[in-house]
Amino acid sequence: MVQMPLVWPEKCNGCGLCVGVCPNNALVLKGNIITVVETDTCDWCTVCEAVCPTRAIACPYEIVVEGE
Amino acid sequence: MGDEMEFLRTNPYFSGIALPELDSISKLMFKRTAGRGETILLEDEPAEALFFVASGVVKVFKTSADGKEQILYLLRPGESLNDAPAFDGGPNPASAQALGPVVLYGIKRGDLEVILREHPKVALNVTRVLSQRVRHLMSLVEDLSFKHVMGRLAKILLEQSGDKTGNRPWLTQQDMAAMAGTAREMIGRSLKALEDDGAIRLEGRRIVITDKKALEELAR
Repeated sequence: MVQMPLVWPEKCNGCGLCVGVCPNNALVLKGNIITVVETDTCDWCTVCEAVCPTRAIACPYEIVVEGE
Repeated sequence: MGDEMEFLRTNPYFSGIALPELDSISKLMFKRTAGRGETILLEDEPAEALFFVASGVVKVFKTSADGKEQILYLLRPGESLNDAPAFDGGPNPASAQALGPVVLYGIKRGDLEVILREHPKVALNVTRVLSQRVRHLMSLVEDLSFKHVMGRLAKILLEQSGDKTGNRPWLTQQDMAAMAGTAREMIGRSLKALEDDGAIRLEGRRIVITDKKALEELAR
């Protein structure tokens, strides 16, 4: 399964900032609410999370130690 | 043995308590679940219960008037939340949110008093738990006062990578900023700098620590 940013539609105010900044067209507005389009090209740049004024998008990281 | 009993048996709050006593304590517990992002407790609201994390990870945080967040703890299974108001009767000192699916066990304030009266050993255990909490908060004050952002981030990465139980939290850059007491932009820049220095490698949604010693040096 492709890992994509997490969204909370109930927090989305439909501003569309994330759609505009996503370099991989992984986000669209449907009915003025953010929706993630599953794509292999999402490179976890986290810009969508950075621009979201309502924290409706999150790009969480798993932190691991190499070899453990 | 039921889930509650197994949980109590291994919980520091109830260390050294005999099984029949644990059984009576387990009858006073209630279960609560929360989904990812769900608010469990709100700062300044009346405190109704002491909670224990049974599974998942819970973020405990304070929010400033302008909406800035400071994470105080990331609680993993076995750890408790809302200890202070459960004992002093004040409001929730911080908010709590589920970082993923979470199962909690709760004990209502009134029931907690009954447990402490009937099982004095629990009171001794509580002082140990609260003492560790004080140590953690003093360490946080020290980090925020004296350490540079890079050092704080190095410490966060080391601490949050260490749990091999599968309850390792997934943290956003915003979460790390709230833990380090800085802006999200600083975390982005610091992660990049650590990658340039060869201490970590960013692999999509994984931060791989490639030079643990270098991070430990920065975190000192």
